[in-house]
Amino acid sequence: MHHETTVAPSMEHDITDGGPDMVQFVDGDGNRLPTCEANEPYAQIVEDMTSEDARSMYRDLVLVRRMDAEGHALQRQGELGLWPSLLGQEAAQVGAGRALRPQDYAFPGYREHGVAWCRGVDPVNLLGMFRGVNHGGWDSNQNNFHLYTIVIGNQMLHATGYAMGMQRDGVVGTGNPDRDAAVMAFTGDGGTAQGDYNEALVFASVANAPLVFFIQNNQWAISEPNYKQFRIPPYQRARGFGFPGVRVDGNDVLAVYAVAKAAMDAARTGQGPTLIEAFTYRLGAHTTSDDPTKYRSAAEVDIWREKDPIKRMRGFMETKGHADPTFFTELEEEADELAARIRRECQQMPDPEPVTMFDKVYVDQHPVIDAEREQFAAYQASFVQEGGN
Amino acid sequence: MSTQRMTLAKGLNSGLRKAMEDDPKVILMGEDVGKLGGVFRITEGLQKDFGEDRVIDTPLAEAGIVGTAIGLAMRGYRPVVEIQFDGFIYPAFDQIVSQVSKMHYRSLGALKLPMVIRVPFGGGIGAVEHHSESNEAYFAHTAGLRVVACSDPADAYWMIQQAIASDDPVIFYEPKRRYHERAEVDLDAPPVGLYDARVVRPGTDLTLLTYGPMVKTCVQAAEAAATEGHSLEVVDLRALSPLDRKTIFDSAKKTGRVVVVHEASTFLGMGAELAALVQQECFYHLEAPVLRVGGYNLPYPPSRFEEHFLPDLDRVLDTVDRSLAF
Repeated sequence: MHHETTVAPSMEHDITDGGPDMVQFVDGDGNRLPTCEANEPYAQIVEDMTSEDARSMYRDLVLVRRMDAEGHALQRQGELGLWPSLLGQEAAQVGAGRALRPQDYAFPGYREHGVAWCRGVDPVNLLGMFRGVNHGGWDSNQNNFHLYTIVIGNQMLHATGYAMGMQRDGVVGTGNPDRDAAVMAFTGDGGTAQGDYNEALVFASVANAPLVFFIQNNQWAISEPNYKQFRIPPYQRARGFGFPGVRVDGNDVLAVYAVAKAAMDAARTGQGPTLIEAFTYRLGAHTTSDDPTKYRSAAEVDIWREKDPIKRMRGFMETKGHADPTFFTELEEEADELAARIRRECQQMPDPEPVTMFDKVYVDQHPVIDAEREQFAAYQASFVQEGGN
Repeated sequence: MSTQRMTLAKGLNSGLRKAMEDDPKVILMGEDVGKLGGVFRITEGLQKDFGEDRVIDTPLAEAGIVGTAIGLAMRGYRPVVEIQFDGFIYPAFDQIVSQVSKMHYRSLGALKLPMVIRVPFGGGIGAVEHHSESNEAYFAHTAGLRVVACSDPADAYWMIQQAIASDDPVIFYEPKRRYHERAEVDLDAPPVGLYDARVVRPGTDLTLLTYGPMVKTCVQAAEAAATEGHSLEVVDLRALSPLDRKTIFDSAKKTGRVVVVHEASTFLGMGAELAALVQQECFYHLEAPVLRVGGYNLPYPPSRFEEHFLPDLDRVLDTVDRSLAF
């Protein structure tokens, strides 16, 4: 039996070109692009950056990439159960992460290792959940960096509520830049389809919450390209929710930083939310369980390899004379040391004591948990009595 | 002694007011909770007195209400969320079971979510679909949540305050068909513990285990049974997670017969857990199998069926007779 079906026309578009609205400051060879309509509002922020700023940002890019590569390798060697690589998205994450101040708060998905780095979370702590020893090995209030959230988009609402709390605490628009605070919430292009994401935009808009939605459009939601996810790109949809959206070249760390800083400044001073769409690319697999060769072409990946954020920033620094060769050599050594430490400490990460499985389900005592903990402890102890271990 | 006669709805309203006066971090959120005072008027007058920042009229989005409450709780607030009707909680189900229940656990204890999710539940008011459901088993099944149900004005007044004071998230069920029933509330008496069951009516021949809207029905059944010479004990569980096992087992051992009564469908409902627990712990004291009276295993039917769907006096008494006949 034959059914006539009407399917949506293919909306395939060039996923390698962010279009004329995209904010960009450095071209693929590291040349500073002239000021244009798209980047003009942010040009001064880039102009104000020093050589030291450039070096420190570049350092972040390199160390984050190395940390990520180590996570990937550790998974392949059986030390981790899973690893979601950020390869290719370093500039998006470092640019965004560096725009946050200590009093700001970040709500990540599960790929934001670069943002975690900028918040001061020890990379080793990111491995715990992927090794299966915990669900998040850092105190989110210590770094103002929330735990990773696995269910896509859930965290966008938590970020919105947290920002509403900041409003009620009177830390928005006080005129004191050391006091004013805002939130940044992260998800990917796939996350923009979720109900929670869309509800978060509604709530944030209505509340005028001090919040920046940071969408890393890495072009692929596992195997689904952008055109299977939306007809209108995220930055354009923001307007429909009642606040500005900006598309930035997610592989240009200077551009991301400038756009993120401007948006966070606006949020902190009480001007409400902004949505940033960082146009970037996931060079690797979705996670170590994924096989991207099944759904995308090597040619496409090659085009994006040419847009590599680290290569680009290095070109810019060499063009501008922001660093000498020693800097790059020393940085490679630092990256090697970081990788070695991550590996060592990952392998040394102990399995948790089995009985701690019952800890911290509730704040207050809970008779069911308490009884099961006792049963479990007695059961474990019975093996010891029988001469086991 | 300050005793007032009030409805269950007023008990909740007064309890919310007291909690907001006592702690400036307590905020209310939900659809229509502001000027309207909620569709059942539980929050009536609170926005006028505490302002729009503390009584927040939210967009119509349940996941959004619960999800943003999580963020507010992380920031140090104690949100009390109103879900307008039981059947509207499902859009928020993911936030509740994936996030609310697990945040403390997955943060290794670093984060607390002291939030209350208020849910008017149950049928018997002739409502359209999605307005009469009893979904407590979903949440009682989820570790990390506490689930309670009030049944009378005094408990409403005290339990809502206790739930708000809890550092754990609490799903708070309100029996909507009992909202307008009145009783004396002693505002000074020390309250019963939030997780303690209560023997509403002592008896010796059989125990009715129940909660929420069925407490009154069970008391009526006990009164009717008494005229036939049967002494029924009615236990209001009050807490569905954690269950007050001691009170339940003490009563079961005393009477030797247990009938569980609730509105929710019996298949895998609270009654299944209670029956299993009682037979596990009180087996040698029992004179009869634990029996259940509940809603049938149907979607909640159109309201012209509900008098047949819901347990009523006759069905409770019929099951009591079956138990006594063993």
